[in-house]
Amino acid sequence: MSQVNAALHLRTLCELRAGLRDGEFSATELTEALLSRIDSAGSELNAFITLTGEQALATARDADKALARGGDVGPLTGLPIVHKDLFCTRGVLTTCGSHILDTFVSPYDAAVVERLANAGAVMLGKSNMDEFAMGSSNETSYFGDVKNPWDLSLSPGGSSGGSAVAVAARLVPAATGTDTGGSIRQPAALTGTTGIKPTYGRVSRYGMVAFASSLDQAGVITRSAEDAALLLGIMAGFDERDSTSSQEPVPDYSAALDRPLKGLRVGIVREHFDEGLDEENERLVKAAVAVLEEQGATTVEVSLPNINLSVPTYYVVAPAECSSNMSRFDGVRFGHRAENPVDLMDLYCRTRSEGFGAEVKRRIMTGTYVLSAGYYDAYYLQAQKVRQLISQDFKSAFEQVDVIAGPTTPTPAFALGDKTDDPITMYLNDIYTIGANLAGLPGMSIPCGLVGGLPVGLQLVGPQFSEETLLSCAHQYQQLTDWHKEIPEGF
Amino acid sequence: MSLSKDQVNDIAKLARLTIDANEVDDVVDKLSRIVAFVDQLQAAPTDGVVPMAHPLNTSQRLRPDTVTESDERDRYQANTSSLRDGFYVVPKVID
Repeated sequence: MSQVNAALHLRTLCELRAGLRDGEFSATELTEALLSRIDSAGSELNAFITLTGEQALATARDADKALARGGDVGPLTGLPIVHKDLFCTRGVLTTCGSHILDTFVSPYDAAVVERLANAGAVMLGKSNMDEFAMGSSNETSYFGDVKNPWDLSLSPGGSSGGSAVAVAARLVPAATGTDTGGSIRQPAALTGTTGIKPTYGRVSRYGMVAFASSLDQAGVITRSAEDAALLLGIMAGFDERDSTSSQEPVPDYSAALDRPLKGLRVGIVREHFDEGLDEENERLVKAAVAVLEEQGATTVEVSLPNINLSVPTYYVVAPAECSSNMSRFDGVRFGHRAENPVDLMDLYCRTRSEGFGAEVKRRIMTGTYVLSAGYYDAYYLQAQKVRQLISQDFKSAFEQVDVIAGPTTPTPAFALGDKTDDPITMYLNDIYTIGANLAGLPGMSIPCGLVGGLPVGLQLVGPQFSEETLLSCAHQYQQLTDWHKEIPEGF
Repeated sequence: MSLSKDQVNDIAKLARLTIDANEVDDVVDKLSRIVAFVDQLQAAPTDGVVPMAHPLNTSQRLRPDTVTESDERDRYQANTSSLRDGFYVVPKVID
């Protein structure tokens, strides 16, 4: 392998695209280089559940033929990508990090997978994740913990932990993820990567295994806002197969990146800086906002008076929707099936008890409880009302500002095993991210510094369908700083 | 609020789950903590607030009632371990 090829893993998606088009290296060489990198540098991280090397090389060879023919080729021709293992991939294992689906081979592709493949992307594999995306540390995966490349004893966050780690450790330039309460933004923050969760309905949920249908949204984890814009432009858009897919036209995200920061009104949420935020995280987030101000952005203090209720609201709404979505796993049509059931009830109960892990069972039971007769009004209906209040708070704030900037997480990465005994401590990790899901808003996390050698994320949240603002703000920040270029030692 | 063992077993039954005897105490403890945590919602003043079920303010889209999918039964059924003559097999339900 030439010296050029040896360093291909360090390049961003946009840089790789230029190299492929200039004939500097082939898609096959790129694919081989990354597969070998995953095998060597990635061996300790457990970022993948399935690798699809042979399929990837076949796709890469086709990409090389298309590039050699010249003319119009798909915008991602020959570029590598990894999918979170809850996107259905035709003919490829799709486990959702669960024992109950550990033999499930999807008969069809998710819309996200289909769109990226049609654009020419080369899928290298499926990334590890918290079971059914229920977790904030990647410790609920049936396939074992994912390790944070910044320190192997630490959690990378979750639930899209495998995707974040694969990108952070320079195993792949980009990966898909999903975000129900922070599952793209939190692991992006804890691994020093760039992650965007678009507006609810912006990207089709078709073929994305459901956890909480009114909160789930697909997005990407990359190493730059520029790469995120490239991918989101392809993933976003109406899909009639998703009943909540938005018909809002998709703007040219890449073209919006050069919008200047001058005149941008940045909201600082008073409640974000109350108790609970690590001092060093606070210092770095404020320093990042100062960078935006130096370029002509103005800051306005805003209040989200009900935001402190977002985590309890989420832990009623999400489990309620989860308990109903998870009822499809019954051992009859797909997935794990208990052996020698005595009757139908025994088949259901044993299949589910053997197949689901502890956190998934807890959420199913929490949801069953809040939806059960006598408790529905007190919990589920009340949570839906508080969700309305939280959403209205954001609407009021966005009358004064274009974007809200603040912390993504309260602290840098925490130790594996640290929070597994107390579900509430774990849930509170998503205190800054959950609001965007409840209100259906786009949110983004970008690296804004290091504390004790560990990355910290700056979160940007905007009104619905303001992805252009978030991406351009992030891109401008990344032109002025190099935090997104920091690489964990040894990688 | 603390849940009782009986309550937790009832919830598990509704959810079609069984809890091993040696895990019951831990499940009761953790579920009780979750319920106590979400109980803080009760204090929020929500009189007259319209419940929000969905983030997008749109009505449900309809499509023409026509067949759009091809018959892929064999491929879809390839994921089950118990199939006979193209039907899913479950334990006997009717005597």
